[in-house]
Amino acid sequence: MKQDGRQFDSHGRLRHFLTIEGLPRQTILDILDTAESFIAMGEREIKKVPLLRGKTVVNLFFESSTRTRTTFEIAAKRLSADVININPSLSSTAKGETLLDTVRNLEAMHTDLFVVRHASSGAAYLIAGHVSEHVHIINAGDGRHAHPTQAMLDMFTIRRHKGPFENLRVAIVGDVLHSRVARSEIHALTTLGAAEVRVIAPKTLLPTAVEKLGVHPFTDMRAGLADVDVIMMLRLQRERMTGALIPSEQEYFNLYGLTAEKRAYAKPDVIVMHPGPMNRGLEIDSAVADGPNSVILPQVTNGIAVRMAIMALIMGGTPAAEARRAP
Amino acid sequence: MAAVDIEAALARMAEALRPRLAARPIMIGIHTGGAWLAERLHKALALSEPLGTLDISFYRDDFTRLGINPQVKTSNLPVNVEDRHVILVDDVLHTGRTIRAAMNEIFDYGRPASVALAVLIARDGRELPIQADFVGETLTLDKHQHIKLMRAHDPHGTLSLSIQEAGG
Repeated sequence: MKQDGRQFDSHGRLRHFLTIEGLPRQTILDILDTAESFIAMGEREIKKVPLLRGKTVVNLFFESSTRTRTTFEIAAKRLSADVININPSLSSTAKGETLLDTVRNLEAMHTDLFVVRHASSGAAYLIAGHVSEHVHIINAGDGRHAHPTQAMLDMFTIRRHKGPFENLRVAIVGDVLHSRVARSEIHALTTLGAAEVRVIAPKTLLPTAVEKLGVHPFTDMRAGLADVDVIMMLRLQRERMTGALIPSEQEYFNLYGLTAEKRAYAKPDVIVMHPGPMNRGLEIDSAVADGPNSVILPQVTNGIAVRMAIMALIMGGTPAAEARRAP
Repeated sequence: MAAVDIEAALARMAEALRPRLAARPIMIGIHTGGAWLAERLHKALALSEPLGTLDISFYRDDFTRLGINPQVKTSNLPVNVEDRHVILVDDVLHTGRTIRAAMNEIFDYGRPASVALAVLIARDGRELPIQADFVGETLTLDKHQHIKLMRAHDPHGTLSLSIQEAGG
């Protein structure tokens, strides 16, 4: 899907957060910087600021999720918004209501922000194209297309542990083909000017012409991990696979599972990341997932601050918010 | 505007604050100008407790109009404010909205025994019932004028005031 500028309003302010593709480098850095001050807030006694007091946030998750939905909920609550969680597969969609009708009804209840996850690529775009001017949309994962807030929290985690991107060699490992996380990560890393971005996977799990995204593909994991600073593992998405893309789970683990032996090809101070949920013993060995190089749990903590920053930046200071208040 | 002697004003403020030291107060400066002044007062009074700083961006009442500045500084209160006497320091007291936001933020860290306000400049234009307890200089300015504290990049961190015409 092409970036069409729908994320920005007529004043050039970020209004929705749908994809990282096409976002200016400065916008990404602004989000990371803002998140940094929300981290400090998360460490104090009262973890709440009044920024979004009186605003209503609806978590609209057409696909299940625990981590993402929960961190969005905590993020919105720490900004003092009211949060409603809706799992449409259990409600009106199950009775035949269309996506846009569901959204229109919730909008009629004066929702200010929708956080949307959907199995179809472009679902968040579709909604963003139909809501009124004062309503904001955050894409929390659409099909195989994008998961921009996950990529942002990954960038935040990398910057905190490893410093400037210009010096970093990053390897993304696993099911790149089905991964919206990988796509968003690649756009973020190339925009931020990472020294090198590699993708490591069997040919069947690499998108065609993946080089065009500015990455170096590897099918040999040990060669791909040589001297990298960051290893970003991906979940093997068996639920999205339609054919036999991997030989067997045991063989996949032998070739592409991250073990301590394979990790040793990377730099000694490499950080190991995973967006969760992890398939232990399939794409990652427990010894690595729980080992000293792992930043998998800090990723989750950082997700709250990064999502707070994104909500605060898109919902603050839009002229439309003022217009709505005027009589 | 008559020239303000910042060093003399700071010295007067320090002397006025001195009787409060017995209560072992915590000094907190508001970013950015207030933090510079608090640094100076903290040193002049040789306060035992470490200095705190506050960025009130997340507490501003004009958030929906102006949004947030991504260059938000991190608030840092190294000492628990619970039951302590707080001296809040800012450069200019104007509408009072910054101080209201600062007090809201302080109360999210705990319940202080008291909060006193020290400002270098108290100008006219209050929009809230907030007054300073310690004032370096009182000024009357035109409505569209804004006064701002600056710090030079010299070894002394020399402080100066500049007046800006709003919208100009």
